Amino acid sequence: MIRISAKWTERIAFFFLLVSTLIIIIPVILITVMIIQKGLPAMNLEFLTESPRLGMRAGGIFPAILGTVYLVLGTMVFALPIGILAAIYLSEYARDNWLTRAIDLAIVNLAGVPSVVYGLFGLGLFVIFLNFGTSILAGSLTLAIMSLPVIITASREALGTVPQSFREVSLALGATRWQTIRRVVLPNALPGIMTGTVLALSRAAGETAPILFTVAAFYLPKLPQSVFDQCMALPYHLYVIATQVPKIKPHVQYGTALVLIVMVLVMNLSAILIRAHFRKKKHW
Amino acid sequence: MEKKKKIEIRDLSVLYGGEEALRHVNLDILEREIMSVIGPANSGKTSLLRTLNRLNDRVSNAKVRGEILIDGQSVYKKILPDVLRRRMGMIFALPIPLPLSIYDNIAYGPRVHGIHQKSVLDRKVEESLQEAFLWDEVKDRLNLPAMKLSGGQQQRLCIARALAVEPEIILYDEPCSGLDPLSTAKVEETMVRLKSRYTQILVTNNTKQAARVGERTAFFLMGELVEVDATDKIFTVPTDKRTEDYVSGRFG
Ligand SMILES: Nc1ncnc2c1ncn2[C@@H]1O[C@H](COP(=O)(O)OP(=O)(O)O)[C@@H](O)[C@H]1O
Ligand SMILES: [Mg+2]
Repeated sequence: MIRISAKWTERIAFFFLLVSTLIIIIPVILITVMIIQKGLPAMNLEFLTESPRLGMRAGGIFPAILGTVYLVLGTMVFALPIGILAAIYLSEYARDNWLTRAIDLAIVNLAGVPSVVYGLFGLGLFVIFLNFGTSILAGSLTLAIMSLPVIITASREALGTVPQSFREVSLALGATRWQTIRRVVLPNALPGIMTGTVLALSRAAGETAPILFTVAAFYLPKLPQSVFDQCMALPYHLYVIATQVPKIKPHVQYGTALVLIVMVLVMNLSAILIRAHFRKKKHW
Repeated sequence: MEKKKKIEIRDLSVLYGGEEALRHVNLDILEREIMSVIGPANSGKTSLLRTLNRLNDRVSNAKVRGEILIDGQSVYKKILPDVLRRRMGMIFALPIPLPLSIYDNIAYGPRVHGIHQKSVLDRKVEESLQEAFLWDEVKDRLNLPAMKLSGGQQQRLCIARALAVEPEIILYDEPCSGLDPLSTAKVEETMVRLKSRYTQILVTNNTKQAARVGERTAFFLMGELVEVDATDKIFTVPTDKRTEDYVSGRFG
């Protein structure tokens, strides 16, 4: 039996930890480099501002960019207020009983449901039953439902970081529960809520499955005119030109991927900046 | 002259999930007196204060039996919690400034109660800080975050913040436990000077402080009110052996 000195076990441990970390980040770097390298040649004003031509082989991807922006905004409009209000109810008002715990459990589990299931749900409920048709409305609602568990969970965490003592100080001054929430709890929880929400929205921006049956169009000659119209969207457009369009130049595909990644990255980055900004300002 | 009863506590018991934290307490607090409440840890002092202003409503397993009257009115049956708490300020063990400026901390209560006019708020802020003897120290930096003040200043800020909603009663829960002797002296001085206008209940784990500040002193032990009497009597010739042991420092 060979005995290895403490110094060597330390070195070996360090080596394997480092290698594992590299294994994680190398693919990320490779993918990013490849997409930038192959996608950058596609970047020009026409690509970003015009509609596709020649069966998507030429022209731009503007309708898909616009569609994704619409869907993210729509998701935000529906998911943000409901998510925050539900989180406030669960964290600040609900008594700790079996019903609250059941709702909690359901929310945690909903966050783990595969997105294609949300797509089917959206198809059944919004497209068919509520008769919204395949439309921006149906797609936004589906993405909103998918984002809600994440937004609620993040908001509850943010509410939980506000010290109980702040609530008690406010109540002790004669404020009602709602006044306390509005004037003390929410302002201090808002950075966390915003961070969580932006991350949830950035995930929604990149999803294909939930919009597949509810809103996304293969190709539209016109830009959408109302929330009851279909729209194109970046993730689905990428899927289409990667699999359904023969003899397409790869830089169109990689260019589309690049635009999608940049959009998601910008959203994530802004979430990080929000968090950093408020962490500096907070002093308790 | 006989003073009027401000708070009447009648056969009050407080339970947490079946465990009694206070047992059959009967105690009157007189108008504009300082009542010191002493006793070792876990004897129910905090529970008493939090039952008086109903902050314990937040504790889901807390149960209250008996009756508390303020000016003859039942606290649990006749007064809404936020109305009650407006009449009864509370100072916590650690100073808890809200993450706002000095000014906004003081103005918080008045704003909640619907005062938004700048001149009125300005006056309230100044008056309250004057009353808590903090005005001279902070008048040039009202926009400073309150967390930047020293511990003793923060605690007097909390007193000023409570005064700004014009309460009748002030509850202190070991208000000096985190303060150095000098800040403690200032807070005590503040309490004594407020005597002419407010009914005050001072819970303290510092028997010397109770003796210095309170006109009457109540001694609690394991959820029971052992004895209540004039402060000098409690500290010199207490009736109960347990009180004597506690004030002479034999336990607690
Ligand atoms: N929220 C609570 N839940 C359960 N038990 C509690 C709670 N608050 C206080 N107690 C119990 O009640 C008793 C009295 O506590 P407390 O009123 O804080 O005493 P003191 O302030 O004199 O130290 C203690 O035994 C304590 O453990
Ligand atoms: Mg206590």
